[in-house]
Amino acid sequence: MGQTTAAFDEMLTQAGGVRAAYGDYREWFDAQDPALLRRKNGEAENFFRRTGITFNVYGDDAGEERLIPFDMVPRIVTPNEWRKLSRGIEQRVRALNAFLHDIYHRQEIVRAGRLPQRLIAENAAFLPQMVGFVPPGGVYTHIVGVDLVRTGPDEFMVLEDNARTPSGVSYMLENRETMMAMFPELFTRVKVAPVQDYPRRLARSLAACAPAAAGDRPTVAVLTPGIYNSAYFEHAFLADQMGAELVEGSDLRVVDGRVAMRTTRGYEPIDVLYRRVDDEYLDPLTFNPNSALGVPGIMDIYRAGGITIANAPGTGIADDKAIYSFMPEIVEFYTGEKPLLQNVPTWRCSEKDSLAYVLDNLAELVVKEVHGSGGYGMLIGPTSSRKEIEAFALKLRAKPESYIAQPTLALSTVPIFTRAGLAPRHVDLRPFVLVSPKGIEITPGGLTRVALKKGSLVVNSSQGGGTKDTWVLED
Amino acid sequence: MLGRTANGVFWMARYLERAENTARLLDAGFRMALTRDVLTAEAEWRSVILTVGQTAGFEAVHGQAYTGDKVWNFLLRDKANPGSVLAMLEGARTNARSVRTALTREVWEAVNESWMLLSEWLARPVKEAVLGQVLAAVRRQMTLVRGAMDGTMLRNEIHNFTRMGTFIERADNTARILDVKYYVLLPSIAWVGSSLDNVQWESVLRSVAGDRAYRWLNAGAMDPRGIAQFLILDQRFPRSLHFCIDKLRSNLRGLAHEYGHETGAHELLRGLGTQFHDATIESIVEHGLHEFITEFIACNQQVAQAIERDYRFYA
Repeated sequence: MGQTTAAFDEMLTQAGGVRAAYGDYREWFDAQDPALLRRKNGEAENFFRRTGITFNVYGDDAGEERLIPFDMVPRIVTPNEWRKLSRGIEQRVRALNAFLHDIYHRQEIVRAGRLPQRLIAENAAFLPQMVGFVPPGGVYTHIVGVDLVRTGPDEFMVLEDNARTPSGVSYMLENRETMMAMFPELFTRVKVAPVQDYPRRLARSLAACAPAAAGDRPTVAVLTPGIYNSAYFEHAFLADQMGAELVEGSDLRVVDGRVAMRTTRGYEPIDVLYRRVDDEYLDPLTFNPNSALGVPGIMDIYRAGGITIANAPGTGIADDKAIYSFMPEIVEFYTGEKPLLQNVPTWRCSEKDSLAYVLDNLAELVVKEVHGSGGYGMLIGPTSSRKEIEAFALKLRAKPESYIAQPTLALSTVPIFTRAGLAPRHVDLRPFVLVSPKGIEITPGGLTRVALKKGSLVVNSSQGGGTKDTWVLED
Repeated sequence: MLGRTANGVFWMARYLERAENTARLLDAGFRMALTRDVLTAEAEWRSVILTVGQTAGFEAVHGQAYTGDKVWNFLLRDKANPGSVLAMLEGARTNARSVRTALTREVWEAVNESWMLLSEWLARPVKEAVLGQVLAAVRRQMTLVRGAMDGTMLRNEIHNFTRMGTFIERADNTARILDVKYYVLLPSIAWVGSSLDNVQWESVLRSVAGDRAYRWLNAGAMDPRGIAQFLILDQRFPRSLHFCIDKLRSNLRGLAHEYGHETGAHELLRGLGTQFHDATIESIVEHGLHEFITEFIACNQQVAQAIERDYRFYA
């Protein structure tokens, strides 16, 4: 397939030289004793295991915890590249929030004929309970993760928006901690923008979105489904770093018109709930009645202005993959500007011509479920057998509106550290964005996910991918 | 703090303490068994199972076969035994994980590492040749956790609940050991003062790491009454009942101070404390040691339940 050879190498030029961003790093690397580096690599794994930086894999034995493999070669972004990226991300996140406000109010974009009505009306992520309601501070998606891929020196593209509950920020932070512990001398040599203040910024950003009912010092809590959730480590980590309580549904109930947590002294109201529980499980009275993860009645309190929920319920409509294909139009419609960041070309299988094209070219395409996430339920044409492709074609014909397709891109590569030395592997990048009425903040860095198998394009941790520290260089 | 969090640190501490106590008890049983003939050794192992209150569970699996190998594997790692050291460690680690935000990084890592290390030791049946090492490893890891708590935790309500979990469990353990020793271990009253009796008392002291302290205080003489006094009333010894009660009291006082009011748990504990204040070993023996201990264990349990209720551990 030639995916690897065709890909843009972020560290090396085609002539075999070192690209400017990696100059200092590579000089340092070449001066290291390979045996020592190998030993440090092993130490990093022990560190992660001891610290319990793990995630749980669904479908495995209940509660099995795994490490996400960590690779010690950083992914490096130049100040210029980062400036361009941040401008594009900020524009996109502004558009996402404006879009959410619009579709829960006048739906101007539909009236203008720029977005088909059915995409909203038939979308499970659209919550009628949010219609006509303005969340505190007017913010819908408080925390956003934008998945970017790169195909050339100046070609960054958005692969996916994560506007409901983006995860991975704890790995961004722990990867940096690990790198600083392992190679302190590197950080005196290379000026890397700090990421460690993310939790403090998150706390400040969330507090700035507190509802009118809150006092001067709003109480923030993180809502987790519990220790068996795949991202439990992250939930605990963020609560810990923010100095907020980590609560579960069973800790919460409605008391005197507020959502309150059961403490050793009695019930105490919460002002801002950073929830890491899906909409469907948030309130058994409003949504799934069988859910024990949420809080009965929280939606009523929310709508009465008694609590801020971050991200707002119903934001999932904005990162739906069917909506994604309209993002260029959405950005233009709400900002009046051309999108600074491009989408990956996308075929909507709901459209007849596109479907025909996709069916004819399945072997070259990546097909994703519109509502799927985390690498589940997708087809990667080039690495699938004929049988798998045929089976998938049947599913596609049966429910074309549930799928989109994209070309297999030559994702850029960054080397990983292997026993045999450096070897290129495909990467993507998820920067993290905070939104409050005071503005949009983007942490200089993000989570770089890396495919560990040679030639593989799959970077998801649930599918065996790993992570790297991401360095944004300072001028 | 959340009621669930208080519950989590309380039970984390209880499980850790119970795992350590089980290992201590096994160590004492092991040493005694090594110096006995087969029949007496079986009686020793039976008493170990009895002390931890696992008779029914053990006999359901092994019947009357109280051999050392069966006993220590049952208490260390048997899946059928929810009171095994392995199950306690898992319980402690799960609780710690669910309340990570209430723990310092050092405490969490000490618990997590202990669980990792010991579950590896206990993945296969434990052979006699390594039993001593395994038991030492359990004690050492628990000491490590305690050290991390002592050295890094803020002395606030979280610390209070953790400490109360430790001392509720420890008091229960010391009381049970004494009780079993007095009423089961000795084949008959004629043995009192015999060399067997003395060896057994020494093993009791060893199991609570009190053998050396006792010898310091008593110039090496083993006297059942003196040992009972030491384990019940000596306020200087960290595994005596009186010491545990004092610690429970000071931690509950800490909560009352922080919260501005007392609860039913304070009232109950005051009752228990009064008993100790006036008690001498003479008055206890006169009252009946077994009766005294039975009442103590029940009351200790009531205090634990009152803490769970008063501080809203559960919904």
